[in-house]
Formats: sequence, C-alpha cells, structure tokens
Amino acid sequence: MFAAILFFLFSFLILISALLVITSKNPVNSVIFLIFSFFNAAGIFLIAGAEFLALIMLIVYVGAVAVLFLFVVMMLDLNFEELNKKTNFVRTGIIIACILLIEMFVLFFYYPQEQSLIINKYNNTSGLTNTEIIGSKIYTEHFFHFQIAGLILLVAMIGAIVLTLRHRDNVRRQDIPTQVSRDQEKNIELKDITFEESE
Amino acid sequence: MIFEIGIYHYTILSAFLFFTGVFGIFLNRTNLIIILMSLELILLSVSINFISFSVFLGDVTGQIFSLFILTVAAGEAAIGLAILVVYFRNSGNINVNEINKMRG
Repeated sequence: MFAAILFFLFSFLILISALLVITSKNPVNSVIFLIFSFFNAAGIFLIAGAEFLALIMLIVYVGAVAVLFLFVVMMLDLNFEELNKKTNFVRTGIIIACILLIEMFVLFFYYPQEQSLIINKYNNTSGLTNTEIIGSKIYTEHFFHFQIAGLILLVAMIGAIVLTLRHRDNVRRQDIPTQVSRDQEKNIELKDITFEESE
Repeated sequence: MIFEIGIYHYTILSAFLFFTGVFGIFLNRTNLIIILMSLELILLSVSINFISFSVFLGDVTGQIFSLFILTVAAGEAAIGLAILVVYFRNSGNINVNEINKMRG
C-alpha cells in the first residue's frame, strides 16, 4: 500500500519532470529537471528492489552525466531566444510518438493475462543481497561484457579528450630534456665591462 | 487491485517516458543539448523496463544489462557533448537545422 503510493508519486513526478525537460525554455532548467527525474527513477528502482542500480544511477547520472550537461550548457554562450523557435516538426513528432505509444499498448494487451503480474521483490531466495547477486553474476557469467563496458568507457574518455583538445601556439610549455640539459657554459655569458676612469 | 504494483504499471511508466523522449527529439529541433537530454530520457525508460522485468522474472541479468546501458549512456553523453563543444567553437551556434556543412 505504502509502496504503491510511493510508486505513483515517483512515476507522476518522473513524467512531469520529463515533460518539463523537453518543453522548458532555458536549457539550465532542463538539466535541473533531468536531475530531478533521475532522482525519482532511483526511487522507482528502490521500490522494485534493485538497490544497487538505484544508487549507481544516482552516482553516474546525477554525479557525472547531469553535471557534464550543466557545465556544457553554462560554458556555451547560447542565444536562448533563437533556440526556442519551435519548428514545423512538431506534428511529425506527435504522429511518430503516438505510433510508438500505440504499438507499445498493443503489445501490452497481448501479454498473457493469467499469470500473476505483481512485482515480487522477494523472488530472491538465496539469502544474498542485491549487490552480492549482481557481483557474483557480473564477474562470472558476464565477465567479458563487463570488460567491454570498461573498454567503451576508455574509448569515450579518449575520444572526448581528443575532440576537445586544442593546440595553442603562444603557450609556454614545459620541455623537460631541454630544461635538464642546460648548463652553465651554454647559457651564461660572462662579459668584461670596462669602466672609464672618471675624474 | 490498484494498490498492488505490477509489471503493468512499470511498463506503462516506461512507455510514457519513451514517448516523452521521442517527442522531445522532434519538439526541439533547434537545440542540440535538449535532444541529447531526450536521448538520456529514452535510455532511462529502457532501464526501467529492464529492471522491472528483471525483478518480475527473478533473473538478475536484466539489472546487469541496465548497468551496461548506464555505461553506454555515460559514454554517449561524453562524446556527444564533446562534439557539441567542438561544433560550437567552429560555428558559433548549435542550431540543428543549420548543421549541413557536409551537405549530406
């Protein structure tokens, strides 16, 4: 009962904030609503019984992805008036999204009705926690997928750095071999200065 | 009956979230950042679907795949925003309708 009320609250807030993400005038507000909808999705995951994924979701999405979005939105000097012009694709968008929604509901009503469809988070009879189960699966059965996920993150990191790195010419950088191989003879010039005798 | 949360509720939530994301891509054809955020919403709805079916079927593989979706979403956001920053540096705007330099 209490979980049901929380579920409806969270899902209502997710849908409202998702609508605000796509309709908001200012991209900063969009990012804030995106963060809010991720928080509520974490709540939904907690209700479903996936604690590990809920907290990883918060760490990765709110801590990394949304902050990245926020930095980019604030770094780019955007002209908001020009960005808010709605285009003539709205009707196409409504049609395509409605087709998708109808397809999903058709599939949904073909689902076999006789099974018990109540989410049972106590399916887990092994006595282990959610995190322990995920860990024991991910390091045995899905070990290669896990390594490929690490590779994807590495490629993303290198790609992002390579794309945004810029070489500027008028910057003095450290040049360690040259700096180390300096010595007194080459760099210090001694000159004899003669002073005229003044009366 | 309405106070027993079933797989139906999660599926409906996921379908509406997916709908919102797809609609957002078409609604904001001028703002590339909001298109990337709509992609994040779509991936979130896929994650909700995976996790609800994983818990419903008592199989943890869905949660593991949700973890991989999370990885791909993080990588995609990083690369997408890097491309966005480079494009903005070169052209001065991020209007999607004007990204036609390659005449594709």
